[in-house]
Amino acid sequence: MSLNMFEGFKFKRKDTLLHRMDPRPKFLIALTIFLLSLIYVNVLVLLILLTVQVPLVYASKSMRRWFGSMRGGTILAAMIFFMNFLTGSTLVFSATMTLRFLVLVSAFSIFFMTTSPDDLGLALERIGLPYTLSFTFTTSVRLVPTIAIEAQTIVDAQRSRGLELDRGSVIERVRKYIPILIPLIVSAIRRSTELAEALESRGFGAVKHREPLATLRMKRSDWAAAITTTLVLVAGVYVQNTMPIPSFDTGIRIPLPWGP
Amino acid sequence: MIEVRGLCFAYDDVEVLHNIDLRISDGEFVAVMGENGAGKTTLIKHFNGLLKPSRGEVLIDGVSTRESTVANLSRVVGLVFQNPDHQLFSETVFEEVAFSLRNLGYPEETVRRRVRFILETLDLGGYAEESPLMLSGGERKRVALASVLVSEPKHIILDEPTIGQDYQQKERLRNFIVQMNSQGRTVVIVTHDVEFVVDCKPRVVLLSRGSILADGPYDSILSDRILVEKASLIPPQISILMSSLAGLGFNPKIIDLYQARSALEKRLCEYVSEHV
Ligand SMILES: Nc1ncnc2c1ncn2[C@@H]1O[C@H](COP(=O)(O)OP(=O)(O)O)[C@@H](O)[C@H]1O
Ligand SMILES: [Mg+2]
Repeated sequence: MSLNMFEGFKFKRKDTLLHRMDPRPKFLIALTIFLLSLIYVNVLVLLILLTVQVPLVYASKSMRRWFGSMRGGTILAAMIFFMNFLTGSTLVFSATMTLRFLVLVSAFSIFFMTTSPDDLGLALERIGLPYTLSFTFTTSVRLVPTIAIEAQTIVDAQRSRGLELDRGSVIERVRKYIPILIPLIVSAIRRSTELAEALESRGFGAVKHREPLATLRMKRSDWAAAITTTLVLVAGVYVQNTMPIPSFDTGIRIPLPWGP
Repeated sequence: MIEVRGLCFAYDDVEVLHNIDLRISDGEFVAVMGENGAGKTTLIKHFNGLLKPSRGEVLIDGVSTRESTVANLSRVVGLVFQNPDHQLFSETVFEEVAFSLRNLGYPEETVRRRVRFILETLDLGGYAEESPLMLSGGERKRVALASVLVSEPKHIILDEPTIGQDYQQKERLRNFIVQMNSQGRTVVIVTHDVEFVVDCKPRVVLLSRGSILADGPYDSILSDRILVEKASLIPPQISILMSSLAGLGFNPKIIDLYQARSALEKRLCEYVSEHV
């Protein structure tokens, strides 16, 4: 189980352009990249979508952790590739699907690495979510790394009792995850109950309308980013609908006995 | 024999253990002590191969942990983690404790006998059919201990075993550990519990910031004010008492209750015979 993957989704306070950006236009950027990757089934476009993110990562000084999340994503990416290719999709199509996944991981990895959970919570409240819900969401985001470390400890504890996760048939292996999953769930429940009690003891939910200490303000640069991103999205949709883009699909696929 | 040679270990890029050398002979009783984050848990995770050294090596009975699997090592090295909630999952305490024996492939007859025995020993006999998840914190801790000790491993490694236990339960645990130790098993405990260590009288390995600060008999290490402070421990109460009486000529190195008592008794008798 790799914890690197979670590192690449964890916020680290830094002073860069992306860190300073309002979470709303930043989310729009991530969403736009993701939406474009969905409407284009084209290996070249997806490669471009992945490449344009590299300068963003560089500018946000998070290269090492971004590589971590990409590396963590490779196992799932490889599964996506082989599941497509081995079930009769062409080589290029399988690669396209894999790239789409990596574009998604990368876009949201950048978003979460550069957005503090507090800003995220404020943004969610701004778009109309009740405080209790936005609080729940940001708390979950915060807890992900903790739970990842906990999962590793549980795996270690059970392996110390002779559990071998990587031996046996597929069904046996799935069964072997029971000793991992139950402690993980039980401890998550225990933790949330304790958290809820601690919150209540500190007056959480005591007043209907709470005045946030900090508020979000869209700066001029934030508006510029939001407008540019919207234009890129509109242009992307327009081009996809009106212009033929070469597909580059060479048609290579695994010959299956029952045909493609 | 547990042998650690030039062990360095890094999580990602951060080195947390620096050049550790340590030999623990069969049948020894060792307490690893040190401040939070000193690297105690990281060190003992090397003893059953959960972690492999970045540099150096760890040998269990002469075989490098690199050349074995955790499952294989778990036959000879029993490691109990700090937090029982990280391992309890079965429907009953009995099944929970039987888990490692079943993994190791013991016949059902042996499983039953050994589970019953360990449950009685750790005062859990009445809970065999209860859900381990519903027990109190101290009971869950003992179920976790039982579930590893049941296979009677040759080397027993316990991470913070006394947390959440009251005095009587600690005494019972200590008797059990001492019994396992007197049967020739190696015992390594990681603990902050200075008084528990004084009662156990083990060899103490003091770890601080990933290096071994001191290694020796418990009394010489725990009565050393400077060492104890460096490792963020509180000195044993007897040691505090005796060093505060050092001005009256008491030996500040005394940390054992009975030695303290006889020293005090002696002085008192002298005083009485001189003045009365
Ligand atoms: N899974 C991990 N990933 C990264 N760093 C870790 C991990 N586990 C422990 N550490 C770090 O290693 C150091 C030693 O930790 P640990 O061995 O748990 O200390 P101790 O058991 O003495 O309290 C600490 O600084 C801790 O933050
Ligand atoms: Mg520890």
